[in-house]
Amino acid sequence: MHSGEPQDGDLHFEVGQLTRVEGEGSLDLRVAADGTVAAQLRIFEAPRYFERLVVGRTPDEVIDIVARICGICPVAYQMSAVHAFEHLFEVEIDPAVRLLRRLLYCGEWIESHALHIFLLHAPDFLGYPSALEMAHDHLELVSRGLSMKKLGNRIVAIVGARAIHPLSVRVGGFSRAPRAQELDELRSPLETAIIDAEATVKWAASLDTPPSDREPRLVSLRHPREYPMNDGRIVSSDGIDLSPDDWGSAFHEVQVPWSHALQASAADGVPYLLGPTARVALAADQLHPRAAAALKATRISPEALRRNVFHSIVTRAVELLHALAEAADIVATYAPPARPAAAWKPKAGVAAWATEAPRGLLFHRYTLDAKGIVRGAQIVPPTSQNQAAIEHDLALFAPAVLHLPHDEATRRMEQLIRSYDPCISCATHFLQLKIEHDR
Amino acid sequence: MATARLPRVGVVKLASCDGCQLTLLDLEDELVAIGQRFDLVEFPEATSRRSMGPFDVLLVEGSVSTPEQAEQIVDLRAQTKLLVTIGACATAGGIQALRNWSNEPEWRASVYPRPEEIESLATSTPVAEHVTVDAELRGCPIDPHQLLELLTALRVGRRPQLPDEAVCAECKRLGRICVLVASGTACLGPVTQVGCGALCPAYLRGCYACFGPRDAANTTSLATWLGGERSGVEVDRLFAGFTGYAPAFREASRRAVEVMQPAARRRRTKSKAT
Repeated sequence: MHSGEPQDGDLHFEVGQLTRVEGEGSLDLRVAADGTVAAQLRIFEAPRYFERLVVGRTPDEVIDIVARICGICPVAYQMSAVHAFEHLFEVEIDPAVRLLRRLLYCGEWIESHALHIFLLHAPDFLGYPSALEMAHDHLELVSRGLSMKKLGNRIVAIVGARAIHPLSVRVGGFSRAPRAQELDELRSPLETAIIDAEATVKWAASLDTPPSDREPRLVSLRHPREYPMNDGRIVSSDGIDLSPDDWGSAFHEVQVPWSHALQASAADGVPYLLGPTARVALAADQLHPRAAAALKATRISPEALRRNVFHSIVTRAVELLHALAEAADIVATYAPPARPAAAWKPKAGVAAWATEAPRGLLFHRYTLDAKGIVRGAQIVPPTSQNQAAIEHDLALFAPAVLHLPHDEATRRMEQLIRSYDPCISCATHFLQLKIEHDR
Repeated sequence: MATARLPRVGVVKLASCDGCQLTLLDLEDELVAIGQRFDLVEFPEATSRRSMGPFDVLLVEGSVSTPEQAEQIVDLRAQTKLLVTIGACATAGGIQALRNWSNEPEWRASVYPRPEEIESLATSTPVAEHVTVDAELRGCPIDPHQLLELLTALRVGRRPQLPDEAVCAECKRLGRICVLVASGTACLGPVTQVGCGALCPAYLRGCYACFGPRDAANTTSLATWLGGERSGVEVDRLFAGFTGYAPAFREASRRAVEVMQPAARRRRTKSKAT
């Protein structure tokens, strides 16, 4: 797929920075004389060296620091880190704390998915440069999206004190757990939002989707009793099934010359896809009944959902509904834990864990000394894992649009890239589209 | 809508997490109205419209950490009437400024197998070290109410009303129990600028200085006091955080490492401030 340096006879076609994604990157497309297309997702977001920043820090400090990898999904970073430490320290977590963490993560999924569906991705389908222009003609749609996004942020803020970089997550639990009454304000907005999300699934399924066909290898967490989020084994559509402790036996990171983000890759080199489409496919049986019903009503087959990359807006909407419905269930039964945090003792060793960020599996691995101070870290964000799949799918999709006028071809390819909801701030960050093809 | 031209606003980022510009999109109730009162000509995270300027107002997120960014910020400044830095990265260098104390090539090599392919400066520095800044919003992340106040002030042409007292003052007014006094929790509230709403003490933990040092913060006194119960390394870690490169916190870190660490065994011994 990556054929190295440009060859004579290739045509170069350059487009500006990719927009409506988080962070900074570009895309290089090269069409060789024989018609084969090579795609390189270039990520030149400035490196911030997080894996080095956490060295010498305590577990609770690390939880604060890794949140800053991403302003859109800080909870994901906090969740992978806190569970990794608790796994090593063998801390027993109160079931109420466990539920509260799921609620916090639901809040982030709601906020992040609503942001992506309505503000970043919908303008592609409806033909606007941004949601602000789209609001001139589709005010109700934009308002519906913003109200769900606001509710997701509110959930994170109640549990975590603020919507961006929440601060209550601590090893063992939370610095403070909300009283039951504090969650009451969420009940009525959640009921409204669930109805809005059902309408969103229906709307997303009705969108005109460009043709696309690929057979992705899917990877997500799998838990025996719940939709994948904070806990589970790593599974794939082709039989991988391992504990996050063993992540390194099936996956590794490689540095590619065109990117500031290390690309994660499966041991066999076959690209894999993470995120809503992977989770909906691998855990369809665990969707909340309301999300499952809404998905079924779309009459889109599981095969089409998986094979057409543009249907990711549907799977994201299904998960938006799932997260709202699950949040409503948790709020309805919540009783605060007896103690917000369990006591813990540091221990030397390796702390590894994976959780499901809105964009997919987020793997963390830390080595700690006997005092519990971090001595080494590896953080593998979902976008750096999806990078190879994005490049693969772009190379597959490009021939269908390269004959179009430059602006239109660019728009279509940006739409495809946005389908993965790439978070380049996470992977490092920035997208610019460059196409090279044979004349 | 008046026929007068709308202010041309840009939102750009340097090295950062995107959280501060996301705060603009998190003004869900006001976002559509903001879009009607400002012409958002450049905001790559939210719109495919692009502009190279000129800008009436430019919100800059992130620190300067690559050679390209150092050039970019000079170009942007030349295109901009009012340049506003938003967030701890842009105003203080951010958490990534921790590398300013270190050997950057060694850090780069510890993260990347082929460090020579990575473009990066040895330091991560606030925007004001490179160009003139007209206003700043502190915070990691910035506070949505302060952002709204700034936008409102810009729109009507007045100075934004931003508080500059300590977190402590707000915490007391809100009637919260002092975590420092009541439970001995390390809290940077006495030296940190208010803006978040004193959230950490409300959630029963110590302030970790997202908004940076308040004006005339007596960090030496607090560092000495905290050092009574903690080693210099621990005190250093408290100050060397998200705004750790701000001068007052830098000085507290230096003291913790150079002055307190050798005396760490003499706990509770009051050291004379320089």
